[in-house]
Amino acid sequence: MTEELVKRLLSGNEALARGAWEAGVEVASGYPGTPSTEILEFFASMPNVYAEWAPNEKVALDVAVGAAYAGKRALATMKHVGVNVAADSFFYAAMTGMEAGLVIVSADDPSMHSSQNEQDNRNYAKFARIPCLDPADSQEARDMMVRAFEISEEFDTPVLIRPTTRICHTSSLVATGPDRYQTPPPGKYPRNPAKYVMIPANARKRHPLVEERLQKLADFAETSDLNRAEMRSFELGVITSGIAYQYARDVFPDASILKLGMSFPLPQNMIRDFAAKVDKVIVLEELDPFIEEQVLMMGIKLYKPDGWVGGKYPHFKSIFPHNGELNSGIVRSHAIRIGLLPDEPKTQPEVESAPAARVEFPVLLVEELPRRPPALCPGCPHRSTFYILNKLKRPVNGDIGCYTLGVVPPLSAMDTCGCMGASIGVAHGGMMAGDRERHFSVIGDSTFFHTGVQALMNVAYNQSNVITIIMDNRITSMTGQQENPGSGLTLQGKPTNEVDIEALVRSIGIKTVRRVDAYDVDAIESTLREWLKIDEPAVLITDHACALVPDERKKYLPLDIVEEDCNGCTLCFRIGCPAIIRSEKLDEKTRRPLAEINPILCTGCEICSQVCPRDAILFREQVLARQVD
Amino acid sequence: MKNMRFLLVGVGGQGTILASNVLAELGISLGYDVKKAEVHGMSQRGGSVVSHVSWGEKVYSPVIPDGEADILIAFEKLEAIRFVGGVREKGMVLVNDYEITPLSVSSGMDVYPANEKIKASFKLVTDKVYWVRGVEIAKELGNIKAANVVLLGALSKILEMESDPWLKVIEARVPPKFVELNREAFQAGRQAVK
Repeated sequence: MTEELVKRLLSGNEALARGAWEAGVEVASGYPGTPSTEILEFFASMPNVYAEWAPNEKVALDVAVGAAYAGKRALATMKHVGVNVAADSFFYAAMTGMEAGLVIVSADDPSMHSSQNEQDNRNYAKFARIPCLDPADSQEARDMMVRAFEISEEFDTPVLIRPTTRICHTSSLVATGPDRYQTPPPGKYPRNPAKYVMIPANARKRHPLVEERLQKLADFAETSDLNRAEMRSFELGVITSGIAYQYARDVFPDASILKLGMSFPLPQNMIRDFAAKVDKVIVLEELDPFIEEQVLMMGIKLYKPDGWVGGKYPHFKSIFPHNGELNSGIVRSHAIRIGLLPDEPKTQPEVESAPAARVEFPVLLVEELPRRPPALCPGCPHRSTFYILNKLKRPVNGDIGCYTLGVVPPLSAMDTCGCMGASIGVAHGGMMAGDRERHFSVIGDSTFFHTGVQALMNVAYNQSNVITIIMDNRITSMTGQQENPGSGLTLQGKPTNEVDIEALVRSIGIKTVRRVDAYDVDAIESTLREWLKIDEPAVLITDHACALVPDERKKYLPLDIVEEDCNGCTLCFRIGCPAIIRSEKLDEKTRRPLAEINPILCTGCEICSQVCPRDAILFREQVLARQVD
Repeated sequence: MKNMRFLLVGVGGQGTILASNVLAELGISLGYDVKKAEVHGMSQRGGSVVSHVSWGEKVYSPVIPDGEADILIAFEKLEAIRFVGGVREKGMVLVNDYEITPLSVSSGMDVYPANEKIKASFKLVTDKVYWVRGVEIAKELGNIKAANVVLLGALSKILEMESDPWLKVIEARVPPKFVELNREAFQAGRQAVK
């Protein structure tokens, strides 16, 4: 290429990874979590870097801090709720600073596409008093990553980059730099306890420095080109950041915009100047009134029509919704409601309310369409356990992963699920509260390594009789099959140690431990029924690799149903397998629909074959024998 | 230059992501600014999937607001009807004549809507509805997975565009041994629209 930079289509996550590489990051650690996962995967694929999956976000952040203490630029990646797990480390790193740049990416998930909450992690930056950068597209994701390292080193502070799902998973054109920053070779490992050992005496001296640093960062924000005023019409001024900037440009093309690339600390003078130049000023941001509150605290009057009751400050935003993602349509409709835009008649007919067509056909209402929620995949080794748990009718305390889908009908076998690692502790609490029913806790291998093992230690230590099922599919599956300490492979696919879950569980003091094949329905049922009769903690490890990993895919063999043997008893429908469908044929006697197998979806896991009371669903061996005939 | 906004919907695993990648790359090769938005994670486990591809001189929002897509490309009929409200008045709908039974239907809780109802619902939004038997055509060509490329072929015809720029993008994205299959699938898709 000549002078022109290479422009390519990159997702926000790819751009963040590219930026980190260009910034000279040498060590990166993270825990998979949508929408952050691909950042580390892309970064790991680049030359001359070290990247790893850590067992949880706290470990990941400590690793990155450790590398930055050792003088190498370092990155930690996680989803928003991962920062909760890493928060302890987040706060000490904010106190100590580092020897080389440290950036933490928190990928937030407004609208909870794949999360249990939609917390706004800009609050964490304010909480720990470190800078927060808020990219608005992939180009900014790349650029801000490079800038974040400069800021981190100039001010001796960790920097939070906080993209959202629409930034992470939107691809747009990015000009990338050709060169990679070279970190100067690190000196001797710091022997500086006053800075790095946070005993109270040292910490008390660090805190004023953190406050001083924040003031310097606020001064920097005034002049940095991360923040810019785009002056157009003086009638309306919009203060915005992140993805909301794009909606502002779509909905208010003529408005002046104060685009804050740095959403903490805010440039007060810049905001005052901007507000003074325009007739009306509003704040447009997703989720919390993070900027809005601070702007109001500065005494700036934000636009509100006379008599407008929406937005009871200080708890709510004044104009735009607090919940969920925004989009141009939502921003436009709210702008119309408060008189910022003229009310245009909606040209789009509502599918739900078109009386003309309703005469001919009862037209479909979108709300009444069969839903298509995610479900456990065909061949999923978790299915058998939930089928049995459903039969046992005891409380099930669940956890975060694909297997949370055990809550979906017809399996319907989960009663609680709050966050990573919560299952076992919540079950233990229930037992200790004297709940009369025996509790099961259900947790995946990766979640067990993440924060489950400590809770199981508590069960063993304080002796409740919780029955824990560790669903060991050897991979972190929900986020797209990332390796974990039980996989025997690193992020780079290199063979490594595998955690022996059985030995680990025994070593923390659980005496009743059994490992069974996750596809073995009878073994799961008989074990759990046996354990319901004994009053002690027990751990069942259901063991089978995720059906989506390449080695398992090679074994797929669609099963078949002997139609004459099926009487439409519908038992196989209760395992909730997408590969089992209702046939249009009815059983002659019972008049119930027969079962049919979709050969495109069926993997041949044989859970349905085992459940079928009439042996109508063939086992793999029978299918193979038939093929030979 | 005409701005275009494509809404692609289907069921996890149907190849909507490949199709949206092709549309995004094609937009770039035609000189547009392009944004492509999709959602990963839990929805990929057999749930509804949606991606948004926008071409324009300058694209701001990556998400197409309801009722503003120029064309809905649906890889499955039920998803087509679920998202038809995303299409602007007099926009277009390209629908794969293919049913993937959701669990709520196979377990007897819900009923899959009949074709007449689906058609009647489309009519409320637009008359420009194109049905293509993508899966059947791909099956005839020997690989059911090529159904998404059949749909892309149909789309190129609907948009009255030449094949070449599309094929160039598609061929750069598939392994060499599948180039011929995808070429055939694309042409079959073109012929499937009158």
